[in-house]
Amino acid sequence: MHIVVCIKQVPDSAQIRVHPVTNTIMRQGVPTIINPYDLFALEEALKVRDLHGGEVTVLAMGPPMAEEALRKALTYGANRAVLLTDRHFAGSDTLATSFALSQAIAQIGNSFGVPDIVFTGKQTIDGDTAQVGPGIAKRLNLVQLTYVAKITSIDLSARSITVERLSEGGTQVLKSQLPCLITMLEGKTVIRRGSLDDALRAARSAIVKWSAAEAGIGDITKCGLRGSPTVVKRVFAPTPREKKAVQIDTTEKRVHDIAEEVVACIFTHQPTLQHELTSAGSV
Amino acid sequence: MGTRKRQAPPPAALGRAGTKKDLPDHFKSYRHVWVFIELERGQVHPVSFELLGEGRRLADQLGVQLAGVVLGPPADSTRHAVAEAFAYDADLVYLVEKPLLTDYRNEAFTKALTDLVNAYKPEILLLGATTLGRDLAGSVATTLLTGLTADCTGLDVDADGSLAATRPTFGGSLLCTIYTLNCRPQMATVRPRVMCMPQRSNKPTGRVIRHDLGMLEEEIVTKVVGFLSDGQSENANLAYADVVVAGGLGLGAADNLQLLKNLAQTIGGDYGCSRPLVQKGWMAADRQIGQTGKTIRPKLYIAAGISGAVQHRVGVEGADLIVAINTDPNAPIFDFANIGIVADAVSFLPALTEVFIRRLAPGNSSELR
Ligand SMILES: Cc1cc2nc3c(=O)[nH]c(=O)nc-3n(C[C@H](O)[C@H](O)[C@H](O)COP(=O)(O)OP(=O)(O)OC[C@H]3O[C@@H](n4cnc5c(N)ncnc54)[C@H](O)[C@@H]3O)c2cc1C
Ligand SMILES: Cc1cc2nc3c(=O)[nH]c(=O)nc-3n(C[C@H](O)[C@H](O)[C@H](O)COP(=O)(O)OP(=O)(O)OC[C@H]3O[C@@H](n4cnc5c(N)ncnc54)[C@H](O)[C@@H]3O)c2cc1C
Repeated sequence: MHIVVCIKQVPDSAQIRVHPVTNTIMRQGVPTIINPYDLFALEEALKVRDLHGGEVTVLAMGPPMAEEALRKALTYGANRAVLLTDRHFAGSDTLATSFALSQAIAQIGNSFGVPDIVFTGKQTIDGDTAQVGPGIAKRLNLVQLTYVAKITSIDLSARSITVERLSEGGTQVLKSQLPCLITMLEGKTVIRRGSLDDALRAARSAIVKWSAAEAGIGDITKCGLRGSPTVVKRVFAPTPREKKAVQIDTTEKRVHDIAEEVVACIFTHQPTLQHELTSAGSV
Repeated sequence: MGTRKRQAPPPAALGRAGTKKDLPDHFKSYRHVWVFIELERGQVHPVSFELLGEGRRLADQLGVQLAGVVLGPPADSTRHAVAEAFAYDADLVYLVEKPLLTDYRNEAFTKALTDLVNAYKPEILLLGATTLGRDLAGSVATTLLTGLTADCTGLDVDADGSLAATRPTFGGSLLCTIYTLNCRPQMATVRPRVMCMPQRSNKPTGRVIRHDLGMLEEEIVTKVVGFLSDGQSENANLAYADVVVAGGLGLGAADNLQLLKNLAQTIGGDYGCSRPLVQKGWMAADRQIGQTGKTIRPKLYIAAGISGAVQHRVGVEGADLIVAINTDPNAPIFDFANIGIVADAVSFLPALTEVFIRRLAPGNSSELR
């Protein structure tokens, strides 16, 4: 069994600040992390490997420093890491990103064995589109299983897989075929702590680094800015609400009186609510 | 909706969205605005109506038609979806009606929608950013090799007729406007509740264009072998609740969530939370409100012990009235709340519930107090 997990290195957005005057993102000193959703995909891949044997290859497209994210993935127990890095990829939108990643996955197939499952996270925390997974599936002609909450079973001899997938209003149980692409939902399982062996191996391992050409990409016009139909034209700050909150005076008052005042204030703002709440509430 | 204004043809010199790139000739035949009508297990997702409202406005600005796209099995529910598309002001409906479209499966829906696009060539295609819509939009855009802008909060057409799709970035602290250059259709997804629900019109049923689906069940690898309804269908309705009460870390302990639920029940609302409560396991993930949770648009939103981080704010800004309870007078939530109360939520929530109970009791209208 060969599994490829796509991971993206992202800025730790909890620590991102926007410059109040220039509206630019202050990236300086912001640490990078593995996209948190991708850790659920990696953990699931490692679980499948625990059960069925085989290898897990992690793949990232990004600047040279994305190597850190891959090395981290190796400490969790991935067998091999591939970094796709080339200045031609700069400015990629999701169409160009999924093109480059799918070419690299095909090349991984040529070099290390054709993958049975490709995992991605549900979405990233920076671009946040959830479009790259479906894009890769389509380009590699893999069965597309998105928002998977659970892999119920895999039958390697029959090449079949059963999963539970989140859909509107419930969970679909799908039976499908390998090879497939799974976008993994966040779950309760936390990523394992890799073994000491894994940590040592991660430190020693060479990370496979491919340029566009090395990944077998012939047509560079499908990459980066040139290969991206979407362009970001304007970045601006949202208009703040013109009015600040009406503050209910709470000094030296009984909590009950404050509540009276608040309810009165609510009904003054929204006169129709009183009637609507009366008919809706279970008093 | 009344008057349809037609815009003068855009000045050619401006080029596309101010860039020098011109739309290749073979894309110039792409016209009209389409909305994918999401039909799952017999129900039209309300986000489809919200999109028809947006689509109507864009189509009017462009002086083109608005079409709904309905994919479903031969059944009453499908015919109902077609009627609903007209009721929400579509000019025409494209319909693919086949038994293998009974349950959503990527293969069949992707083929049906891409075939329609290739045959009838819309310039704009909008889908809901639901699990179904995102699954479908991603494969359709990749098949068509066109641009797709995710989770838009604003849609407009520029003077040259191109779609300006605005979406939040970095959790909502900034917005960016994205264009699809040199490709058609221009695709965008919008999350439920981000756009207003339009009025139903009394428009009679219009033209329905049927299209075939050249696909057999045997060609579809994926089979739906079961469906587990989440049973608490009211959960799915949090996004559409008229009244929402939500709690944050300021509630201090999981036990205090009962205070929220009591208030929600009293005023006939639903309840939700900020993200940390989901991470702590205090509440189910589908009750999270915000950027990575649900967008809500209630008439009344009461936030207790929530600081008002930008990722939370983007999910609640559409509320008509925001009431915030927080011990910190400088909490960011007071920057966008309508009514602010600097108080301890744990003691204030029961008092509020009590007052509501009394005020809402039959025969106890405000005039009588
Ligand atoms: C503010 C902003 C808004 C944007 N909006 C759009 C838009 O609307 N439409 C559009 O087409 N592009 C958009 N982009 C560009 C887009 O973010 C990039 O193309 C990005 O490289 C991939 O998209 P994503 O981060 O949304 O990934 P998602 O589609 O959310 O990622 C899903 C999964 O794909 C895998 N993956 C994604 N990127 C990589 C990678 N580089 N290496 C390895 N695995 C990866 C991961 O497993 C990830 O969990 C936007 C970028 C920014 C900064
Ligand atoms: C990528 C990303 C996505 C995110 N998505 C979401 C999302 O979808 N939704 C979301 O909500 N968050 C999201 N967040 C998290 C967000 O940034 C905030 O961390 C979160 O909203 C804070 O939750 P909180 O207000 O409950 O907690 P805190 O920020 O800790 O605020 C608690 C508040 O309670 C007040 N308080 C304390 N005691 C009391 C009391 N006794 N009575 C009343 N008030 C009291 C405090 O003054 C404080 O203002 C996201 C973050 C990231 C990085």
